[in-house]
Amino acid sequence: MRELEYPFDAEYILRKKKKLKKELLNSGKQFIDKNIAILGGSTTSDIKIILELFLLNQGIRPLFYESEYNQYYQDAVFPNPRLECFRPDIIYIHTTNRNITAYPQMADSAEDVDELLAAEEEKFRSIWESLAQTYCCPIIQNNFEMPFYRLLGNKDASDIHGKVNFLTRLNMKFYEYAQTHGNFYICDINYISADYGLKEWSDPFYYHMYKYALNVNAIPYLSFNVANIIKSLFGKNKKGFVLDLDNTIWGGVVGDDGVDNIVLGPEESEGQVYSEFQRYLKEHKQLGVILNVDSKNDEENAIVGLNHPDSELHPDDFILIKANWAPKDENFMEIANSLDLLPESLVFIDDNPAERHIVTGRMENVSAPDLDCVQHYIQTIDRCGFFETTVISKDDLKRNEMYKENIERQQLQVGFSDYHDYLLSLEMKARIKAFEPIYMARIAQLSNKSNQFNLTTRRYTQAEIESVSRNPEYITMYGKLIDRFGDNGVVSVVIGHIVGKECRIDLWIMSCRVLKRDMEFAMMDMLVKRCREQGIEEIRGYYYPTAKNHMVKDFYMIQGFEKVREDEIGNTEWVFKVSDKYVKKNDVIEVNG
Amino acid sequence: MTREKVYEELNEVFQDVFDDATIQVKETTTSDDIEDWDSLEHINLVVAVEKKFGIKFNMGEVNTMKDVGEMVDIILRRAVQ
Repeated sequence: MRELEYPFDAEYILRKKKKLKKELLNSGKQFIDKNIAILGGSTTSDIKIILELFLLNQGIRPLFYESEYNQYYQDAVFPNPRLECFRPDIIYIHTTNRNITAYPQMADSAEDVDELLAAEEEKFRSIWESLAQTYCCPIIQNNFEMPFYRLLGNKDASDIHGKVNFLTRLNMKFYEYAQTHGNFYICDINYISADYGLKEWSDPFYYHMYKYALNVNAIPYLSFNVANIIKSLFGKNKKGFVLDLDNTIWGGVVGDDGVDNIVLGPEESEGQVYSEFQRYLKEHKQLGVILNVDSKNDEENAIVGLNHPDSELHPDDFILIKANWAPKDENFMEIANSLDLLPESLVFIDDNPAERHIVTGRMENVSAPDLDCVQHYIQTIDRCGFFETTVISKDDLKRNEMYKENIERQQLQVGFSDYHDYLLSLEMKARIKAFEPIYMARIAQLSNKSNQFNLTTRRYTQAEIESVSRNPEYITMYGKLIDRFGDNGVVSVVIGHIVGKECRIDLWIMSCRVLKRDMEFAMMDMLVKRCREQGIEEIRGYYYPTAKNHMVKDFYMIQGFEKVREDEIGNTEWVFKVSDKYVKKNDVIEVNG
Repeated sequence: MTREKVYEELNEVFQDVFDDATIQVKETTTSDDIEDWDSLEHINLVVAVEKKFGIKFNMGEVNTMKDVGEMVDIILRRAVQ
């Protein structure tokens, strides 16, 4: 919904929140349901209501638990049957500098101040540890915004008695905890409040009138940031950019003006701004965000432009470059298809509102932020939170390489008339094993990100993955695929739970970047082998249709299962008899060699 | 600004905040007359009215405002200043 995408009108959202909620719920969008607990140190009512809007817009339908006013500590550290019963998927702790128990006094010694700091840290640590132990779910914790007055003036920042100094040190303690503990994420209200304007953000009117620790008008900005962390945890980050060239990553039109005349580089101010924007885009590659081009240009001119001596981006920084005269929405679709990505996982960056309109009009849920002038491109795009980073897996760091390799594979395929020969030429090797500790983060990530090749669309947190892997009543398998072009990493996951002589498949997913490689057959072969070892006689598979997983509708049929049940909405159940006559289906991948 | 004009614009704000296009406020309307008008919604109402008329209520006013008529009095007083 356009109204909930950055840059949004906060006042409009606050005023129309009820109407917006109704519209979102009636939009026909598919939602995943999540339980979110908000433990507040001040009023949280509107924070919750606006957070709900941003989450619904991301396809997450939250059910909330909200602590009584300022009961965040009690709710966390004492037995809490209501919260236990609620089974939160996420806990958000909304505390602010209004919740500091005691600040340093001028007469305090350095040791006294250290003690105060340690006591405050201990209060929060006990909350986090108690929650982590009881609920095993991700915790989102606000850091502290700066105080709204400075007793010592500028010295408040450097003197140990200053509130600015005290809060800064405490924030550092929070970050140390975040660096050493999984499932713990900081919501950086220190940055958000500064960005909004601390004076407005911390207007004491709202605290004394309503016990809101921030300006009510700033709530959409806070809730938006919390929603970004949550959608990232549930695998709803974007995966890449699709970029226009002329007047987007350089000034001018390379085809008309010639490469020597495009505006780029250190010579003058506008060129510097474009260079800064290019550097910003390129930095994203470090996060595994992929870059592509969708430009109305002769390809030759596009390449010449990207080879401009001052260009920060070069042709090999991109996975796909579509420079031609076809409509941009068509190119955009083709890029998504070639990468086996859903269009909505790519962000469209174009200075031309008409082109943005064509692309977002054709493909629902594609984001194409409104851009005004080039000096504001970074500010706008960055605040959208498309790539909000919560967990960085090794795969993320290698993603650009992996997509490049995939394009090379597609090119190789063109040279083969027989697909089986092509698969053999890839020299594929797989490692298919029960879950192992080093892959837990990736497995959880995959379970949250896979939408298309996903039979049940069940989502798991890392804690749940770990717990399943230890439980003898479950069969778990991850599959990692390597070929002559490189390592694809962990690309498939199966979880089955054993009931008597039956293995019921709770989860079967595969990354779309290894579609049509017979990896699913290698997984099936291993599943049958594992079942036989455990004396299991029957495998039961389930397919639950969503808007996105149509491609696996007949998956179990192809695997040789028999359909035993189908309901009116298309949910199907399948049975496979395990026997010693099973013939392996995969003959192109060498497994566990 | 006339009193009628203020009511007209106030109605819009009330209708948005309570998502009810049938709301018509008058002098004597109080929080008892509108089902969703509780203390938490009151904040949103105050914020939306402030934005609409480009004014700020002070804390005393927010605390003592008894009905819509008093709210209109304050808006008109501010508009004159």
